[in-house]
Amino acid sequence: MHINLTLIVQMLVFAVLIWFTMKFVWPMILGAMQERERRIAQGLAAADKGEEELRQARTGAESILREARDRAGAIIDQAQRRANEMVEEAKSAATQEGQRVLSAAQQQIGLEASKAREDLRRQVGEIAVAAAAKLLEREIDPRTHEALIHQLAAQI
Amino acid sequence: MAASQTPTIGEYIGHHLTFLTNKPQVSLVNFSVIDYDTVFFSVLLAVLFAGSFYLVARRSVAVSAGSAPRGFQSFVELIVDWVDTQVKDVFHGTSGLIAPLALTIFCWVYLFNFMDLLPVDLLPDIAGGVGLAHLKVVPSTDLNGVFGLSLTVFLLTIFYSFKMKGPLGFLAELTLHPFSSKNVFVQALFVPVNFVLEFVTFIARPVSLALRLFGNIFAGEMIFVLLALLTLMHGYAGLETASGWAMMLLQAVLTFAWEVFHLLIITIQAFIFMVLTIVYLAMAHEHH
Repeated sequence: MHINLTLIVQMLVFAVLIWFTMKFVWPMILGAMQERERRIAQGLAAADKGEEELRQARTGAESILREARDRAGAIIDQAQRRANEMVEEAKSAATQEGQRVLSAAQQQIGLEASKAREDLRRQVGEIAVAAAAKLLEREIDPRTHEALIHQLAAQI
Repeated sequence: MAASQTPTIGEYIGHHLTFLTNKPQVSLVNFSVIDYDTVFFSVLLAVLFAGSFYLVARRSVAVSAGSAPRGFQSFVELIVDWVDTQVKDVFHGTSGLIAPLALTIFCWVYLFNFMDLLPVDLLPDIAGGVGLAHLKVVPSTDLNGVFGLSLTVFLLTIFYSFKMKGPLGFLAELTLHPFSSKNVFVQALFVPVNFVLEFVTFIARPVSLALRLFGNIFAGEMIFVLLALLTLMHGYAGLETASGWAMMLLQAVLTFAWEVFHLLIITIQAFIFMVLTIVYLAMAHEHH
């Protein structure tokens, strides 16, 4: 039980030890711990962010796929409609063409028939004149009676 | 103690209470005397603490902070984190001193106290072998050792009180509590009373801080010394009788039990010393 120089020495050693801990031990260890804490927090945040981004990318991809599918459906529909239209158009064009050809043929037939009738009339007229000439037994000048023959022919 | 010359109980206990000094100390206070053993073990334990923690600190800085801590580093970080929590629980300001100081005190005092768990005669006998008459291995059973800590803390308290509050603020803290009055004259009467009360409280801090630690560890050491007395009287001759064996078994069991209990005490005492230091310095920093 005594107080001596050891007290002073002890205080000096203690002061140096405090200074050393303050300078070289505490800030380094705590700093490294806090840095690690920060990194772990960052890593966790990055993982969360990555997960969130993945989820977003997935929904984005899904919507793009759906849109593409919709568009492909629309294109197919349109193509089918267009094909139908083309078939219809071709049908109606063909019908019209047929009609046209038919009417032209009918016209031609009508024309031929009226021409044949005309010839027939004329021939009948000539035969009638020849018959009349035979009946009258005299020469009838065809030129003189041409008007008459035509008149007769028109009456037949 | 050499078995050839068995000491008496008084001699044995006296031997364990005597420091290794440059010369015998008669008066209570004599600053020309120095306890070599306390200084040696204090410095040794300081180097042990500072060295091991410094190696961990350097490794923490050198190795990227992203790597996981391993082995001793985990242990050190556990202590550092725990001390940091203790400081933050009590002190809410910013200080570069308090936390490192708390860590230093806890580890150093713990190591002081831990010396108590070494077999009481191990190091003194080795020292006797190389010609040193006395050796006390536990620095916290030396009044110089514990007062060296508490007075340094006390000086830091005074320094920070002056620094944070100014001389007048510090003086006001010592004289305007616990009694105060709105009336100036009544207050003037209270000032001396307050000063006496507060000053005694203030002065009592380093004393109680040091003596609490000293008392606990000294008592623990005395128990170990007294348990050693169980087999002291018979020496090796005791091993020839059944009662001698019984005594040795009793000593082993009791010493083990006390070691386990003392392990708790040395930790608690180091913890109390640290917490009180934090509280005192926090009080020095904060206004009331």
